[in-house]
Amino acid sequence: MTAQDRRPVGRVRFMDAQRVNLDGFAVEDVELGLIAMRSPNDPEPGLVIRDGQVTEMDGVPEDQFDSLDTYIARHGLDLEAAPEAMALPDVQFARRLVSPDVPRSEIVRLSAGATPAKLARVLALLRPAELGQAMTKMRARRTPSNQAHVTNRLDDPLLLAADSATAAAFGFREIETTVPVLADAPSNAVACLVGAAAAAQGVLIQCSVEEALELELGMRGLTSYAETISLYGTEQVFTDGDDTPWSKAFLTSAYASRGMKMRVSSGAGAEVLMAGAERKSMLYLEARCVALARAIGAQGVQNGGIDGASVAASVPCGLRELMAENLMVMMRNLESCSGNDALMSESDMRRTSRTLPIVLAGSDFMFSGFGSIQRYDNMFGPSNFNAEDIDDFLAMQRDWGVDGGLRTVPADRIGELRWEAAQMCRAVYQHLGLADFTEDQVELAVDAAGSKDLGETDTLAVVGAAHAIRDGGITVVDVVAALDELGYEAQAEAIMDMTRARLAGDYLQTSAIFDEQLRVLSLVTDPNDYAGPGTGFEPAPERQAEIDAIRQARGVEDLRAEQAAAAVPLLAAAAAAPPGQDPREVIIGVSPAVGRDVWRCLSGLAVTDVLAELLAGLEEEGCTGRVVRFNDTVDLGRIGLAAARLAGSGIGIGLQGKGTALIHRRDLAPLANLELYSVAPAVTPELYRLLGANAARHAKGGTPDPARNPYTDEAIEARYHTTVIALMALERAWVKPGAPAEELSLEGLR
Amino acid sequence: MTIRALSGRPVAELTLDAVRRGEIGLADLRIHPDTLDRQAAVAKQHANPQLAENLRRAAELTRLTDEEVLAIYESLRPGRATPAELTALSGSLASRGLPRCAALVAGAAEVYARRGLSRAGTNP
Repeated sequence: MTAQDRRPVGRVRFMDAQRVNLDGFAVEDVELGLIAMRSPNDPEPGLVIRDGQVTEMDGVPEDQFDSLDTYIARHGLDLEAAPEAMALPDVQFARRLVSPDVPRSEIVRLSAGATPAKLARVLALLRPAELGQAMTKMRARRTPSNQAHVTNRLDDPLLLAADSATAAAFGFREIETTVPVLADAPSNAVACLVGAAAAAQGVLIQCSVEEALELELGMRGLTSYAETISLYGTEQVFTDGDDTPWSKAFLTSAYASRGMKMRVSSGAGAEVLMAGAERKSMLYLEARCVALARAIGAQGVQNGGIDGASVAASVPCGLRELMAENLMVMMRNLESCSGNDALMSESDMRRTSRTLPIVLAGSDFMFSGFGSIQRYDNMFGPSNFNAEDIDDFLAMQRDWGVDGGLRTVPADRIGELRWEAAQMCRAVYQHLGLADFTEDQVELAVDAAGSKDLGETDTLAVVGAAHAIRDGGITVVDVVAALDELGYEAQAEAIMDMTRARLAGDYLQTSAIFDEQLRVLSLVTDPNDYAGPGTGFEPAPERQAEIDAIRQARGVEDLRAEQAAAAVPLLAAAAAAPPGQDPREVIIGVSPAVGRDVWRCLSGLAVTDVLAELLAGLEEEGCTGRVVRFNDTVDLGRIGLAAARLAGSGIGIGLQGKGTALIHRRDLAPLANLELYSVAPAVTPELYRLLGANAARHAKGGTPDPARNPYTDEAIEARYHTTVIALMALERAWVKPGAPAEELSLEGLR
Repeated sequence: MTIRALSGRPVAELTLDAVRRGEIGLADLRIHPDTLDRQAAVAKQHANPQLAENLRRAAELTRLTDEEVLAIYESLRPGRATPAELTALSGSLASRGLPRCAALVAGAAEVYARRGLSRAGTNP
């Protein structure tokens, strides 16, 4: 056999070339921790309490507790609920989790007494739809929400401001930025703060950098939350990360002491990537992280893989595991910021499959960073959904009638907001002596789809601005004063309102966001009350209308206007149409709205041009044609047959305004025909001319080779069916049963 | 119940006019310990005593400078402090009226010694 013979057959080579095969898929390997759930080395759940103290947890006696066990055992468990929770059989626990008849509060109570191994066991029992059902019930906040990444390769402040405004306008309630150059961080924080304020009130801003700088920016009021405080599921990896449960607990309090919202970050795969999974499953290790998150007093957790999402996705049941992680956070009565923030596949189908169940179930934050900017500008690395996918996401929300936190923004509004944000940013930077940007730079940033559209930029100016902010001790008050003095009083007020609202501390509660009226929505003020169908969150009618009204939606009136704009003063009704006598005469029968409301076919060709081609085809073969409008039917077969019966030759062409055409003969049944162009959007002028010529050949008694339908692999129905429905409605409106056919003037057609 | 900033100024007075008059300083942007204690009570009522404890620790930490806070964080990271140093830190926090933070550090002192998280070579 030659090498050529040994290669796979074409069918397999074709499959190999599909994008999903760029992804890495791992063989399950317990030794490496490459197992989603139920590793044989995961401990048996268990809890021994003596004299009000945990003396053994998940098979480990107290004297062998590592630092994570110790912290969880001492601080993380409700020992009153524990005996009941631990005694409850896993299946019973899982059923209560899914059942709408068991309230969220009851699951929260039981989960507080359950060890990490117990929750990992229970969650491994849930099937995907059950995970969704449980998530709908268990998320803390009733109203779902969403978070955006706003970054760019250059840390360009004008673009950051414009993109923050865009993200805020789309409805994101948290904006997370980060930097390719650490020193730029203060500038990014200011640019995002100013930009978001141009578009909406109450957007929380995060600048994800090392802890000391992040705290400093928060203390100056330039940022308002943090989420990159990482937890890991084994002591070794935790220590390698240069922290302990105690240092993280302290840091959690440090953020709160400066009035900053904060959540921790964990998720499957981190330990595997560090070769430190200790042969445990991803879900069990994450169960330890989530228990620890609760124990140290964090209000929420960002998990669902995060940086390790594609590790989880590489093993069997990996996506189920990622969703179970989010659910576990909710069971521990914490805010879930549900991952979906790392591109986990080259395949559009796989990445959608990863995210969709969470969008359908609803989470506190569907994404812990939807890349609101283009993939290449995402300095966290591409998210699972990015600017490329915003219209897809808006369509998905609408398809399923769910609130994913986003909304359509009219095109001109996006332009206005980007302009205002970039101008404000430029003015503030100039006013505070941070940097001087030009009007041209503002214009480039406003129009840019990404930083590659900015041309040459001065990156040193950004570093300089950042230094000036840091060294000059610029606070939110300086930004407010600058905005006010520059005439942006409303935005200055808005930022002051937010500053006051933060000092009330309500947004430090679980799952808190500000809505656009600066009301706090949280576990406390907006608790999830789902208890089965007919309960829980439902978008208010105004919000539903916002979800439904995507900018691409078209109604009959939109189409009528488009068609009217294409109208030409041709095809006047000349007279009643008499039967023809000439054996070389072919009648072109058209549908009722042609020459009235319908002027343009689905292909984009003018109906008059199509008629001219058909007539030219007839002439080429020595025949003549008349155009007759039939007013009693929209059915093309009937129109074509009626045309044939009227024609001297007994051959007719039927043409609907949308462009579908056929050749008919007077002795055939209505639904039979000689040739048919069924794919109207793809028919070209040449093909219409050929149809005319073939009709003439039939008229002369020949048997022409039928024209072939053009074929396409595009989603032709998805693209045109809504237009077809509207066009047919326009046609139907002109139908009068029994109305006579009319001959249309050919004047001006040729 | 008047909500105040750490400076003691009622939050309602933090207006744009006050900004214009140049009256607002960093301490006016900081959260007040009473606010954190009040939020702690709310967290406890909503089935999260650990969040409550965190907010109470945070209330204590409002009294420390940023540098002090970051220094304690540094001490708690692995291998930074000996058990004796952590015990001393705990004692100093207790004497300064930060009992919850003191308890946290005391817990670390004990566990770090046992788990080798103290500064190398100084384990008892």
